[in-house]
Amino acid sequence: MGDLEVHALRGINMDVHKSDFIAIMGKSGSGKSTFMNIAGCLDVPTKGEYMLDNVDVGKLNKDQLAHLRNKKIGFVFQSFNLLSRTSALENVELPLMYNSKVSSKEMKERSINALESVGLADRSHHLPSQLSGGEQQRVAIARALVNNPVVILADEPTGNLDTRTSVEVMSIFQKLNTQGITVIIVTHEPDIAAYTNRNVTFRDGRIQKDFIVEKPRNAATELLTMPVLTEEETI
Amino acid sequence: MKLRNQLKAAIRSLGKNKMRTFLTMLGIIIGVASVIAMLAIGQGSKESIQKQIANLGTNLLTVFPSASMTGGVRMEAGSSVKLTMDDYKAVASRCPAVLYSTPTVRTSGQLIASGQNWRTTVWGVYPDYFNIRNLDIDKGAVFTLNDDRTASKVCVIGQTVNKYLFGEGQDPTGRIIRINKIPFQVIGLIAAKGQNAWGQDQDDIVIAPFNTVQVRMMTVTYIQSIMLSATSETMIPEATDEVTQVLKERHRLGPSEDPDFSIRSQADISSAATATSSILTALLASIASISLLVGGIGIMNIMLVSVTERTREIGIRMGVGARGRDVLLQFLIEALMISLIGGLLGVGLGIIASGVIASIMSWPVTITVQSIVLSFLFSTAIGIFFGWYPARKAASLNPIDALRYE
Repeated sequence: MGDLEVHALRGINMDVHKSDFIAIMGKSGSGKSTFMNIAGCLDVPTKGEYMLDNVDVGKLNKDQLAHLRNKKIGFVFQSFNLLSRTSALENVELPLMYNSKVSSKEMKERSINALESVGLADRSHHLPSQLSGGEQQRVAIARALVNNPVVILADEPTGNLDTRTSVEVMSIFQKLNTQGITVIIVTHEPDIAAYTNRNVTFRDGRIQKDFIVEKPRNAATELLTMPVLTEEETI
Repeated sequence: MKLRNQLKAAIRSLGKNKMRTFLTMLGIIIGVASVIAMLAIGQGSKESIQKQIANLGTNLLTVFPSASMTGGVRMEAGSSVKLTMDDYKAVASRCPAVLYSTPTVRTSGQLIASGQNWRTTVWGVYPDYFNIRNLDIDKGAVFTLNDDRTASKVCVIGQTVNKYLFGEGQDPTGRIIRINKIPFQVIGLIAAKGQNAWGQDQDDIVIAPFNTVQVRMMTVTYIQSIMLSATSETMIPEATDEVTQVLKERHRLGPSEDPDFSIRSQADISSAATATSSILTALLASIASISLLVGGIGIMNIMLVSVTERTREIGIRMGVGARGRDVLLQFLIEALMISLIGGLLGVGLGIIASGVIASIMSWPVTITVQSIVLSFLFSTAIGIFFGWYPARKAASLNPIDALRYE
């Protein structure tokens, strides 16, 4: 593409409320990624404005964006993006390292709490290579929520996971959402989108559909009836 | 990010590639070590030259007759104008800044004693000569001014002469040496003085009363040079001025005319020799610093590779809130750590290498604190200088691209 100017998003008007659990859907090239980049303060819109927690993100410089990401955003990626050869605990500590107001004692406490809330307190000293895919993604979620963000943005969090693990991850998101955390995930799979409260479909840079899910699936109860995979548990 | 955490992160990431880190460090280690060793050799030789010059007597001044000029052709020094005994007497009596003084004549002589023979320089001087040159007497005594007046055939010999004529460690006093067939009685042995800065053996010498050598051996009336010592090192310029004035007056030269003699001080020779060895030191050190520079380029190279390899990591860190300067600092600290640790190890290796050079080659070696501080600071500066560009490159990455980087 190079220098060709592409308007990945145009004329979008969307409100995200506190405690929303939104699934962003759409084909590739529909503008999902650009939406997530802007929502995650990694990028700023060329026109229009993005208000995050009463801050006009479009007017901020790079350092201010970094600061905002550190304070208000939690990222979860399809490929986990954990630092290799760095323990689960230290991976979770990473966002707090860039927050000079957090003491190292507080950093450790909060990180352990975050790992506990994803059920991995006992794995805190394992390296990513010693964890299964689902566990790695749970570490990534712990990292995303350790800074008490306004919103957690997850880009295809289940894309690299099998069905059962995907449901596990969704159950964690549902649990966090019931605690009041806003979660936005990008997904291809309608099955996964069915666990959320609101589905937004992008097409050619515009919002094609935006509806409330009447009866979201409950991941936690489904897990009880799902067969346990040995591969997952024997590690 | 707090500095402690930065340091921890740097140690961790350097530890991930131990071999690579070590090899990069090796460039700095070798660079710093060679700078220290070269400076140590340079400093050592400088000090030994200075010591030898001080050995000659630092207040020493020598007055030589100058070369004369006949129709634009310069003749050999001393070829027409000579210094005379009256010149010497005038200098000795009229220069308050002069402490000791002696006229000198010098000739070479074939020495024969106890079936051995040896050829060396015979000096004819006053007893003051021993004070001017800081010569100590090992055995026996120095001749007196009375010996000079009577032109008695006595002499004092150096260790080398003693070794070849009588054998090392022998007491030569009282023995007879025939110098150019004239029998001399040895009355003293000079304490060993070793080589001077030019490798000349200062113990290969025979010293006899001035008159004895001038009249009995050389049969001349002039004197070859006047040696004198200033009352102190700081009085050298004053003594030079006084001697110049007295001799110009005696040689009927106006104040603006060039003198027909020259005065050489040990300080001239000393500064020339020291300058030479300083240049040598600078040369050695600059060659060594090139290797330090190459080591720095090695750091830059490896840091650039590291930045590319860790693009993802940089993306993750930026994603969770690292600012450009956090990333910059992280990579700069890594580069700095390589050069600091390399610098420290290099200092150690440099000290060891200097010691090895000193013991194997038996060269004089002096390690100064300045050379250690200097090379260590230099290696640190190199770490910052060559670490900056890769760190800058890492810091300017776009987090979106960095996160997507495969």
